[in-house]
Amino acid sequence: MYNYTIAELLKGLDTRQFSSEELVKFFLGRIAKKSSLNCFITVTETEALLAARAQDNKRHKGEQAALAGIPIAHKDIFCTKGIKTSCGSKMLDNFVSPYDATLVSRLKEAGTVLIGKTNMDEFAMGSSNETSYYGPVLNPWDPKAVPGGSSGGSAAAVAARLTPAATGTDTGGSIRQPAALSGITGLKPTYGRVSRYGMIAFASSLDQAGPMAKTAEDCALLLQVMAGNDLKDSTNVDKPVPNYTASLNDSLEGLRIGLPKEFFGEGLHPEVEQQLRDALRLLEKQGAVIKEISLPNTALSIPTYYVIAPAECSSNLARFDGVRYGYRCQDPKNIDDLYKRSRQEGFGSEVKRRILMGTYVLSSGYYDAYYLKAQQVRNLISHDFKAAFKEVDVILGPTTPTPAFNLGEKAKDPVSMYLCDIYTISVNLAGLPALSMPGGLVNKRPVGIQLIGNYFEEAKLLNIAHQFQQVTDWHQQVPPGCEEV
Amino acid sequence: MPFSHDTVKYLAHLARIEIDDTRDEASIQEDLAKIVSMVDKITLANTEGIAPMAHPLDAHQRLRLDEVSEQDERELLLALAPQSEAGLYLVPLMIEGS
Repeated sequence: MYNYTIAELLKGLDTRQFSSEELVKFFLGRIAKKSSLNCFITVTETEALLAARAQDNKRHKGEQAALAGIPIAHKDIFCTKGIKTSCGSKMLDNFVSPYDATLVSRLKEAGTVLIGKTNMDEFAMGSSNETSYYGPVLNPWDPKAVPGGSSGGSAAAVAARLTPAATGTDTGGSIRQPAALSGITGLKPTYGRVSRYGMIAFASSLDQAGPMAKTAEDCALLLQVMAGNDLKDSTNVDKPVPNYTASLNDSLEGLRIGLPKEFFGEGLHPEVEQQLRDALRLLEKQGAVIKEISLPNTALSIPTYYVIAPAECSSNLARFDGVRYGYRCQDPKNIDDLYKRSRQEGFGSEVKRRILMGTYVLSSGYYDAYYLKAQQVRNLISHDFKAAFKEVDVILGPTTPTPAFNLGEKAKDPVSMYLCDIYTISVNLAGLPALSMPGGLVNKRPVGIQLIGNYFEEAKLLNIAHQFQQVTDWHQQVPPGCEEV
Repeated sequence: MPFSHDTVKYLAHLARIEIDDTRDEASIQEDLAKIVSMVDKITLANTEGIAPMAHPLDAHQRLRLDEVSEQDERELLLALAPQSEAGLYLVPLMIEGS
């Protein structure tokens, strides 16, 4: 049961092989046995069992919604009414949200059962899950390795089969990179496809929520519910949501796949490249045509991101001031002391570093040189993609330059950590959809293949990944020790 | 680019973050210098005639009718505050002698 897809679990529920309550108990049991992975900040056992029974009753009456009874874990960045929402930070360690994020309420209405809130890099700032106030998450494939970040808890929980489905957010790669390093499938939708209401903001022009699961088909089922118009998020796009599962079985005959030469150069691990070449051969057999393309401004994407994201972060995180909610320092001497010490004590070092960097690039005398310039370069990067999509239907490359690195390996040098996101960040700057799917193992650690699509072409990415998963079994492989536990 | 003691203190003040430890300050100076030298690459890019991109979809934000859409949740929200009294957020005294 642990390796069933969402579709298989729904079938099992429909045919009364098991109830949602049994399913939830089964996964709660696995979570308890694998607690050393530190995937969860909060496990919502009591609420989950009640919700599962309610879903079972609905199913008995024939009133079940699309995902009725399916256990799900939300990244602890999504506000959940009555349940702690920490964002991986001491700042929000005592924060119990008074409302549900739109994504949470939509998945609840679809019948999913929340089993817990997953660990993450503090305020989603990190690529290894080591900046969490609650400690690092371990990679289920190798406890010495990081699971990736910032949605590391969600990725590791799905990989270890502690939940069939999870949610994540992606500002510079935070769904795709942990999906790749943990060996699961994760999709960052087009900017504006999924509502950001109730998702704690890091960099508002880049943040986007998406599904994380074992397969592309499962991601399609989840995105179907997550996507759509929401008046509570003014950047959400009012555009019809296609039927994502309807096109999963479309043929890849004639599909034009672009390989950006900048993604296959220096820095790419040769064995990761080999796995990609093997994958390309399979896709060619399915009818795809491969073409080399160029995204000439790729090298500028990380520098551009580390101006724009910290700038937006310094503004967004100004709300955490020790006055209205969250952490407050002891015995503040005056209002300035209250702000400064609450923020010093409540934020971890990576968050403070980014706030200070953002403050710098927005400060008088530097705004034009850095912030305005970065917004212009962002346009250049976006133009590169627009030109590429005139020649090809989809872009394929690695999700990360290497398999998972070791815990502590990059923690001391922030810039070396930032460079891990070289293949994912430009997608956020352009606002495009992209997916990472399992593409093999290198040194017994998973490797991800990234597919980048044109705006609102999530269905095409899911279709290609689903077809790839019909002829490969990387997505079915379970980390050692995570079979029947 | 090196970050002086005064620059770091000034940024920390603008961001309302206390830095009281000299070791903390030294590592912030070093990290910011590294990050700025990495982002400096963008200053060499030719962006003549290129408009700044503020929105990934090049779209304008949607407007909605100016109607009340939220319920009054004053008590619920105040209950989250570290300190509140008589429907107000409590902070340390701000004006001497008042």
